[in-house]
Amino acid sequence: MADKSKDVSSIYSPIANMNLRTKTLLTIGLTVFILVAVVITSLFINSADITTNFNAMNQPPSFEHLFGTDWMGRDMFTRTMKGLGLSVQIGAGASILSSIIAIILAFVGSINSKLDSFIAWLVDLFLSVPHILLIILISIGLGGGAFGVTMGVALTHWTSLTRILRAEIKQINTSEFVKLSQRFGKSKIWIAKKHILPLVITQIIVGTILIFPHAIMHEASVTFLGFGLSPHEPAIGVILSESMKYLATGNWWLALFPGLALLIIVLLFDIAGENIKKMLDPTSANE
Amino acid sequence: MLKNEKLLKFLGKKIVRFIILLIFVILLSFILIDMSPINPVKTYIANLGVVSPEKIAILESYWGVNEPITTKMFNWLANIIHLDFGTSLIYRAPVLDVIKEKFVASLVLMLSSWIFSGVIGFLLGVIAGFKKDTIIDKAIKVYCYILQSAPTFWIALLFLMVFSVYLGWFPTGLGVPVGTLSENVSFWDWLHRLILPMITLSVVGIASITLFTRDKLIDVMNSDYFLFAKARGESGWNLIVRHGIRNVLLPAITLQFLGFSELFGGAVLVEQIFTYPGIGQAAVSAGLRSDVPLLLGIVIFSAIFVYCGNLIADVLYNFVDPRIREGEEDGG
Amino acid sequence: MDKLLDVENVSISFIQYTQGLNQRDLKVITDLTLDISEGEILAVLGSSGSGKSLLAHAIFGILPENANLNGKIKYKGKELSQQDKEEIRGKDIVLVPQSVNFLDPLMKISDQAIGHTESDEEKKAKKTKQREIFEHYNLGPEVDDMYPFQLSGGMARRVLVSTALLSDPKLVVADEPTPGLDEKTVQETLNHFKHMKEDGIGVLLITHDIHAALEVADRIGIFYSGYVIEIALKEDFTGT
Repeated sequence: MADKSKDVSSIYSPIANMNLRTKTLLTIGLTVFILVAVVITSLFINSADITTNFNAMNQPPSFEHLFGTDWMGRDMFTRTMKGLGLSVQIGAGASILSSIIAIILAFVGSINSKLDSFIAWLVDLFLSVPHILLIILISIGLGGGAFGVTMGVALTHWTSLTRILRAEIKQINTSEFVKLSQRFGKSKIWIAKKHILPLVITQIIVGTILIFPHAIMHEASVTFLGFGLSPHEPAIGVILSESMKYLATGNWWLALFPGLALLIIVLLFDIAGENIKKMLDPTSANE
Repeated sequence: MLKNEKLLKFLGKKIVRFIILLIFVILLSFILIDMSPINPVKTYIANLGVVSPEKIAILESYWGVNEPITTKMFNWLANIIHLDFGTSLIYRAPVLDVIKEKFVASLVLMLSSWIFSGVIGFLLGVIAGFKKDTIIDKAIKVYCYILQSAPTFWIALLFLMVFSVYLGWFPTGLGVPVGTLSENVSFWDWLHRLILPMITLSVVGIASITLFTRDKLIDVMNSDYFLFAKARGESGWNLIVRHGIRNVLLPAITLQFLGFSELFGGAVLVEQIFTYPGIGQAAVSAGLRSDVPLLLGIVIFSAIFVYCGNLIADVLYNFVDPRIREGEEDGG
Repeated sequence: MDKLLDVENVSISFIQYTQGLNQRDLKVITDLTLDISEGEILAVLGSSGSGKSLLAHAIFGILPENANLNGKIKYKGKELSQQDKEEIRGKDIVLVPQSVNFLDPLMKISDQAIGHTESDEEKKAKKTKQREIFEHYNLGPEVDDMYPFQLSGGMARRVLVSTALLSDPKLVVADEPTPGLDEKTVQETLNHFKHMKEDGIGVLLITHDIHAALEVADRIGIFYSGYVIEIALKEDFTGT
């Protein structure tokens, strides 16, 4: 198959697209590898390893301290890695919870039209208040901390996946093979399990991965504002919030590197998600 | 005539729906705050210092501390209908007054950056779509993807660091204590203070509108009518202006109106970092210092703000596009 | 009669991605050869969805980016490069598209027909001409300010045909101009093509409607699964 596309005499050169499959697979592999590496590294960092060292306070980046050190002489690279691990863990918890909520609501909505409009209304309700305010409220309500912020993020990020799944299920429900099953007297649950679930599983996987970046970013934001993880945790939001006090004194590395690291993690999740989507849903690659 | 009637009916239905939604937003917020360890009376006392037992009793009955949540909520709702949102604990002023003042400051910030990001984002999107798959398109796309993945508050920190601390072009804002009234600040001071948060919020907001415009323009460029326009000999930039922008502009404006929620979220973070005396900063202070009346008031007004955006988007979609506008009239 | 258009050994294919991003080379048109002279109507007859529209798109140089085009397309004996196509499309060679979907949904009819103009005088001149032709095709002044979705089927058809004639073309490529139309409108549309022929214009009629082809065409080519099986005089089909 592939050798046909090497036909260089054609006027629209296909070479740029030639290795799309390999390229996509490689991208997915690489991004997933980096993400897993970050989490594993962070697990090996014991909080005790982040020692204070008053001989090395406020040092700019060097080979010894890649991201510099803070006002207590702690190595910022180690703190950042630990923080990223924490971010990914909370992101994972919140994303998976969000997806579970989305799946349940989407299937509840598919039972009848009344429930469906109720779910649509519920989506409207949760979108009516700015996310960040709602996360703050939920986090306050649940007493803050890792639990509060995880639930806050989980309870606000299910809306888009719910919408996608609702639309998809609606489409499947009107298809010929589902109608046929209904005529044969199959139960709704049987249809959901045999026909709908296998078809929406792609959406669920991609949707969950694409919630990740938002979840991570919102957790960091809320923690930064002081409503999330406690200041004793090595979270990125905490690190950046602390860094504000030292901006005026010129400790730029305290803010730059941890934020950049967070950006890269978020970007990696986005790239992985988009590429997995391309793999599973080829129509998006034909463009 | 017919159109105005239709618009009024449409708006009426939307507003009734919104009021119902708002009641549930209030209920939800109330339950959440009731679940929290916050005790408004204790917070109030902590803020006041020494308080007589009678005063405590009055406060407790005001807050209905010993009553079930439903009673508490209905009391509060009844007050709201009379536009009494209670008294802010940290600003020592009626909640409505605090919100009015802070919201005006925030609206200036949000709307100026909203327009700025909308215009720039749209232009970038059109350029990227028009130059699809070229180096320009790729550069714009990379820029957008990176911005989309960048935490707003981090971008704000970087801007603060570069423009205020290193270049010294703008005040760091860090010297202004929370709760400074805007009357004490001169117009130029205020404008000076506005620019950097405004630019930050714009830069963050550009990504989504750019990518949307780009994709939409590419859709249009693949459409039958675009193909036919090409076959009729139209080409280049004129073709984009005549058929591309015409068909992309309305959806893009609609999307921009739907972005009020994100805008508000961005403003909360940006205001906090630049200590801009707006509603976002007030919300954070209220949350951190357990100012329940103020927090609830802000939730309600933020919901109204978001809803206004959605409503305008709906009206644009339903009443401006000639296909839907005149199509409905024809159909009676 | 001079030859207007030569299509020589034209093949068009696409690269497609399927599940898991496996590549597939999809050939839509294979080794197609045909020619059209002045004052002649050539019909290319094939089932709908068989990709024969791509032939029209190839002539105008408006194939999608992932398409591969091989072979030669000549106009008046000169091989057309992509640039040449961009130069003469909408002038010497014009397209009559399938449906009203080919008109910008948000632009008034007259603005679309006139197209882009450089100056006010040019616009005025074109507007006058547009009015003339529209009038000729029984389209009143009110049509000028309508949006495409407001046109009836017959009106839309007349708009598309008259829009094509605005530039005094030598060759008209009509891509499936009669689907979903009632008997009367079909007849009317076919008459338009007959008139064009009388004016010495060459017409390439791409259609799946065998009756339409038999009624107006001088020659008919049968298009089947990417190949043109044969091109023969109309009489060979009807036996007269």
